[in-house]
Amino acid sequence: MARSRAIPVLVLLGLLAVASMVAFMTVGARGRWDFILPFRGAKLAAMLLVAYSIAVSTVLFQTITNNRILTPSIMGFDALYMLIQTVVVFFFGAAQFAIAGPNIMFLAEVVVMVTFSGLLYRWLLSGEMRSLHLLMLVGIVFGVFFRSLSGLMQRMIDPNEFVTLQDRFFASFNTIHTELLLLAFAAVLAVTAVGWRLLHTFDVLALGRENAINLGVAHKRAITIILVLVTILVSVSTALVGPVTFFGLLVANLAYQVTGTSKHTVVLPAAILLAVICLVAGQMVLERIFAFNTALSVIIEFLGGITFIVLLLRRSVR
Amino acid sequence: MIEISKVTKAYGEAVVVNDVSLSLPARGITSIIGPNGAGKSTLLSMVSRLMPMDRGRVMVDGLDVATTPGDVLARRLSILRQDNSVSSRLTVRDLVTFGRYPYSKGRPTVEDRGHVEQAIAYLGLEKLADRFLDELSGGQRQRAFVAMVLCQDTDYVLLDEPLNNLDMKHAVTMMKLLRRAVDELGKTVVLVLHDINFASCYSDHIVAMKDGKVVHQGAPDVLVRPDVLKDIYDLDIAVEEVGGRRIGIYYF
Repeated sequence: MARSRAIPVLVLLGLLAVASMVAFMTVGARGRWDFILPFRGAKLAAMLLVAYSIAVSTVLFQTITNNRILTPSIMGFDALYMLIQTVVVFFFGAAQFAIAGPNIMFLAEVVVMVTFSGLLYRWLLSGEMRSLHLLMLVGIVFGVFFRSLSGLMQRMIDPNEFVTLQDRFFASFNTIHTELLLLAFAAVLAVTAVGWRLLHTFDVLALGRENAINLGVAHKRAITIILVLVTILVSVSTALVGPVTFFGLLVANLAYQVTGTSKHTVVLPAAILLAVICLVAGQMVLERIFAFNTALSVIIEFLGGITFIVLLLRRSVR
Repeated sequence: MIEISKVTKAYGEAVVVNDVSLSLPARGITSIIGPNGAGKSTLLSMVSRLMPMDRGRVMVDGLDVATTPGDVLARRLSILRQDNSVSSRLTVRDLVTFGRYPYSKGRPTVEDRGHVEQAIAYLGLEKLADRFLDELSGGQRQRAFVAMVLCQDTDYVLLDEPLNNLDMKHAVTMMKLLRRAVDELGKTVVLVLHDINFASCYSDHIVAMKDGKVVHQGAPDVLVRPDVLKDIYDLDIAVEEVGGRRIGIYYF
């Protein structure tokens, strides 16, 4: 019965996603199309990349941790990314950003990020630690630690350099860093190519470490690869729009709910489409109807935060 | 045959399995019994590569479990641990189908589907096949997991307390089913059991562990004796013969 529901749900979500993209490109367009289309197109492309990255990274992260409350952001991944950026500015100055160009900086940051998250999170997630609460606590402590460390460094640097950083630290869908688009797209493409080959292991990994090993999945290797993929995706979305804590949680859990299954071939596309709908339609409504009076990230974080609390409460009741 | 040689596992200072060497015969039911904390489950986890060992080696049919690729071993040996909770939303049939993963890598063939239905029928789960796991009782879920492991169709089946959560009828059915799998299909089943009487009635071989060591082993009529049981459990257990089987009585 779950199978028969999956297809109509995906088709419906697909139609909604396309509709919101069309609406975003056309609604309220006054002026020359040859300006509007590339201008909005770049923004749309960035939002699609962000939606894809956050949805896929969250679902995969939840698969390897076997729970539906943790997300990379809650575990402090994007705080780590911000810290890396701060450290770069702290030691080399914002001028380096300008000289090296955003693409080189992004690549360097991703490499550092993958290395560090590999070191920090692999032992956490390799299955030795069974307690969800301990895992969450460690994640939150990591997040706070990374944020305070970057906070300290930001207070010590030149105010001019701080401004360059500050611009990157608030999630904003109005000031997307579109100069990174091509590279971000390439990164997402590479991640997808690797993920595609692992697709059949995702459902098995979701059964838990012991069942996965029993069924012949090289657990540690699979977890490590997926963790690298997740890290790259988090870097992409954080570099483009800044940190968004609860958005992934929101779309991943909505995807589980509307599809009523755990099969990754259904859940992954559903989560991606939901993320696209939320971001693109939400941004369109805010830009055209509320005339930029609110930030989309605030609304998304508000809804996502509520989902988080509801999930926590339901889990503790069960 | 499973050859366990000089296997040791310690958590910090506490040595849980201490230099155990053991050979478990192929074709037959071997039960591992012993008091809580004797290292039974840890030993089973190491044999089934779920847990790395500190020292020692385990060979299954000549394959070293530490170095043989996981998917090769998954077609030879299956393991079911005690508490199985799954966060995925799966039906019983979905779960049992995972048993075919080592063969079909997520794309079950017609033949795989046949195995799945057979395993479901074997455990009497036909009526529950389309129910979701979170809608089942603990015992029903336990049977669904056993069905998955049987569906894996391996020569060696390792079960850690498979009778957990099962009522008397289903416990007996489970043991009879395992006995049939051994007698008809030539499987090798290794169980961790808490009920010495199930071990006595259904096993070909019993291994008794205590404090991380193997203290006794042998056929049921050698093991199920008051003096031996006293040594293992530190409890006075009277042994009576009922219908040719040795039954320990320890309730009072």
